[in-house]
Amino acid sequence: MAVIPKKHEMPTQAPEVRAHNFSEVALGYTQEIAVAEAERCLNCKTRPCVAGCPVNIYIPEFIQKVKECDFEGAYQIISQTSSLPAVCGRVCPQETQCESKCTLGKKFEPVGIGRLERFVADWHNAHAEGKAVAPESNGHRVAVVGSGPSGLTCAGDLAKKGYKVSVFEALHTAGGVLVYGIPEFRLPKAIVAKEVETLKELGVDVEPNVVIGKTLTIDELFDMGYEAVFVGSGAGLPRFMNIPGESLKGVYSANEFLTRSNLMKAYKDDPKTPIMKGGNVAVVGGGNVAMDAARTALRLGAEHVYIVYRRSMEELPARREEVEHAQEEGIDFRLLCNPIEILGYNNPDNPRDEKNGFVTGIRCVKMELGEPDASGRRRPVVIPGSEFDLDVDAVVMSIGTSPNPLIKNTTKGLEVNDHGGIIVNEDGLTSREGVYAGGDAVTGAATVISAMGAGKVAAKAIDEYLSKK
Amino acid sequence: MYKIVRKKALNPTVTQMEIEAPLVANKARPGQFIILRVDEEGERIPLTVAGTNPEEGTVKIIFQIVGATTEQLNHKNEGESIQDFVGPLGVATHTEGIKKVCIVGGGVGCAIAMPVAQEFHSLGAEVTSIIGFRSKDLLILEDEFRACSDKLIVMTDDGSYARHGNVTVPLKEMLEAGEKFDAIITIGPLIMMKFVTLTAKPFGVPVTASMNPIMIDGTGMCGGCRLTLNQDGKRVTKFACVDGPDFNAYEIDFDEAMSRGRMYFDYERRAHEEVCNLFKNA
Repeated sequence: MAVIPKKHEMPTQAPEVRAHNFSEVALGYTQEIAVAEAERCLNCKTRPCVAGCPVNIYIPEFIQKVKECDFEGAYQIISQTSSLPAVCGRVCPQETQCESKCTLGKKFEPVGIGRLERFVADWHNAHAEGKAVAPESNGHRVAVVGSGPSGLTCAGDLAKKGYKVSVFEALHTAGGVLVYGIPEFRLPKAIVAKEVETLKELGVDVEPNVVIGKTLTIDELFDMGYEAVFVGSGAGLPRFMNIPGESLKGVYSANEFLTRSNLMKAYKDDPKTPIMKGGNVAVVGGGNVAMDAARTALRLGAEHVYIVYRRSMEELPARREEVEHAQEEGIDFRLLCNPIEILGYNNPDNPRDEKNGFVTGIRCVKMELGEPDASGRRRPVVIPGSEFDLDVDAVVMSIGTSPNPLIKNTTKGLEVNDHGGIIVNEDGLTSREGVYAGGDAVTGAATVISAMGAGKVAAKAIDEYLSKK
Repeated sequence: MYKIVRKKALNPTVTQMEIEAPLVANKARPGQFIILRVDEEGERIPLTVAGTNPEEGTVKIIFQIVGATTEQLNHKNEGESIQDFVGPLGVATHTEGIKKVCIVGGGVGCAIAMPVAQEFHSLGAEVTSIIGFRSKDLLILEDEFRACSDKLIVMTDDGSYARHGNVTVPLKEMLEAGEKFDAIITIGPLIMMKFVTLTAKPFGVPVTASMNPIMIDGTGMCGGCRLTLNQDGKRVTKFACVDGPDFNAYEIDFDEAMSRGRMYFDYERRAHEEVCNLFKNA
C-alpha cells in the first residue's frame, strides 16, 4: 500500500472566526482521521520516536491500538508514562521531539503523533467511565511544591506507586502555567481541571493558597512528616528591557497580561479583573509566550497586533504551528526590529490630564544579522539611523523570566547557579538531601514537556530514595 | 474557604475583620500582606496584615471600601467565609538597630502602621506616632496607637478633631526642634508619603515607605507591582511583592507610582458603582 506522504490535517476554526473568540483553535481528529493517520505508522523496529519523547511514551504501541480502534487501550498505554496526555497532545513541540525522529519523516512528513495523542486523550475524557483508583498506600509522604506540569507529573507518578502526595500551590487554582499562562484557545482550562481531578482520584491532595518559602518553608515540610520534597515552583520574575517608558500605563509583562486574561478570566464579558482591551498592541519577543500574548490581545479586541522581534523568522523560537496560526489570524510580524523606548502621553499644560502616563507608541530600530554569537545564532546589529515609531496603546514584554527567589532565600543549603536556577544532578536531586527539583525553577523558561520529563525523573529518584530508607 | 470570625466597622468606610487562616497567623510579621479573593469569580486584592492571633489562628485585616471587591467583602458577615486567603507575602518591616522611631500614618494606612508601631513598642523602642485623617468621622485606631506610642499626635485635614493640618506639620516641627529619630516609617496615601519624605530629607533621617501597588499573584510572577527606585543615579525596577512592600523612601519614584496606581481608575469606579447598585437593588 502506498504511503500517504503528508500528515492528515487537523480541522481548525477558520482564522477570521477564531481571531475573535477564545474557543480552541484546533478541533482535533475525528475517529476516521485518527485511524487513517495511525495507519501511516510503519511500526518500525528501531522506534526512534520513543527516545525523542521526554517521558518516553510507548508511541508505536499506542498507535497500534488506534489502528485497531481500541482507543481506551491506546489511552492506557500512554498513561503508563504520561500523567497529562490531553495537555501534551496540545502543547508539546512534537516537531522537534518524537516526530522529528520518525522513520517515515526521513522521506515524507512524519506520523502526526501529537495529534493522535490528543485524539486518544480526548476520546478517553469523553468516553471513559468510572474513576481512577488510588493504589494501596505505602505509608510514605511526599510534598510537591507547585502544581504546574513538573509538579503534577511528579505527584501523579508517585501517587501511582502508593505515595501519599500533597501538592502545594501558591495561586488559588491548580495547574501553574497551564492555567495562568497558556490561553484557553490553545489549552482549554477544563482539560487541565480534568487532569487535576484524575490526580485527586489517585489520592493526591492539592492545597491551594500555600506559598512555599512564605506560608511554610521546605524545612517545615520535613518537620510536618514529609520525607521528600519536589520543587517545581516554575519561572519567576518577568524580565524587562530597561528602556525608557517601561513603567508607563499600558506596559505589561507577558506573565501579567496572560494571567489577567487566563487565570483571572479578564477575557470574559464582565470580568472582575480589568485588562486593557482594544487599540493597537505591540508584543516584544518571539517565543511561544509572545505568540500567546499577541493572539490573546487580538481576541480581546485589539485592532492591530504587532510582534516585535530583533532577529529574523529563522531564529524566532516559537513553534512553527503557533507562528503560522498567528500569521493566519493577522498578527503583524515586525522582524529584525528592536524597541529602544516606549512613548507615553504627556500634557505639559495639565498634569491632571487623565491620559497622562498612558502608552502612545513604541520606538524601534531596525536590525541586521551579523556574526554568530555564543548561542550560535547570528547576532542582531542595529542599523544606524533606522529609528521608527509604531502607534500602540499597549506593550507586552515577553522576553523571559528570571528565577523566583522565595524558596532559595528560605532554604538553607539549597544551591543555585549564577542565573538563580536550582542546581540538580541527573536524578533531579538538589544540594539538600531529600529535596528534588525540576522544570523552569531549574532550567529557566522552557517547555511543558521538558518540565514533565523532569518531574518524572525526580519521581523515580524519590521512589528509589524512599524505598531504601 | 476562610471564615470571618469577627467583623467591626471602624468608621463608615473602614472595616476590620478577623479571618481564620492558621498558617498565615503563625507566620505573619508586621509589614507583610495577604492576598484574598471574596468569591470564585473575584479579583485578587492585596491587604496588609493588621495583626494576628496565632493561638486562635486568625489574621486581622482592615480595609477601606473603595472599589467593587472591598464593597463585596464588606457585605460579608461574621460566620460567612471568603474564597481565598494567602500569605504572608512580602518582607516584614526591618526593626533591627532602631531605638527611636517615628511612625507616620495616613487614613487607612494607619491600619498597617499600627502593628508596626506595636512591634517597635514591644521591642522597647521609643515610638512617636503621627496619624492623620481627612476628618473626625474617618478617625480610626486612636486608642490602639495611644497604647503603643510614647507620644501620639493626631491630625485632621479639616480641623474637625485634634490638631488641624496634615502630618508633615508636626513632623517638621519635631525635626526642627532637634528630635533625632533613627528612622521614620510612613504608611498611607502616596502623596502623603512623598511629602513626608521631602519633609525629612533636609534632616537626613532614614525614611521607609510601605508601598501598596496594583498586584495579581503577589509571589513575584506577574510584575504588575513594579516600581522604580533611583539608586546611585540608576533607575532600578523592583517588585513590591517580593522586594517590598517597604522601600527606602528617598529612592522611590513616587510620581510614577501615583500614575501607575491610576491605571484602571475609570474601570474601578464603574465596577464599584455597579456593585453598589447590585446591593441597593437586592
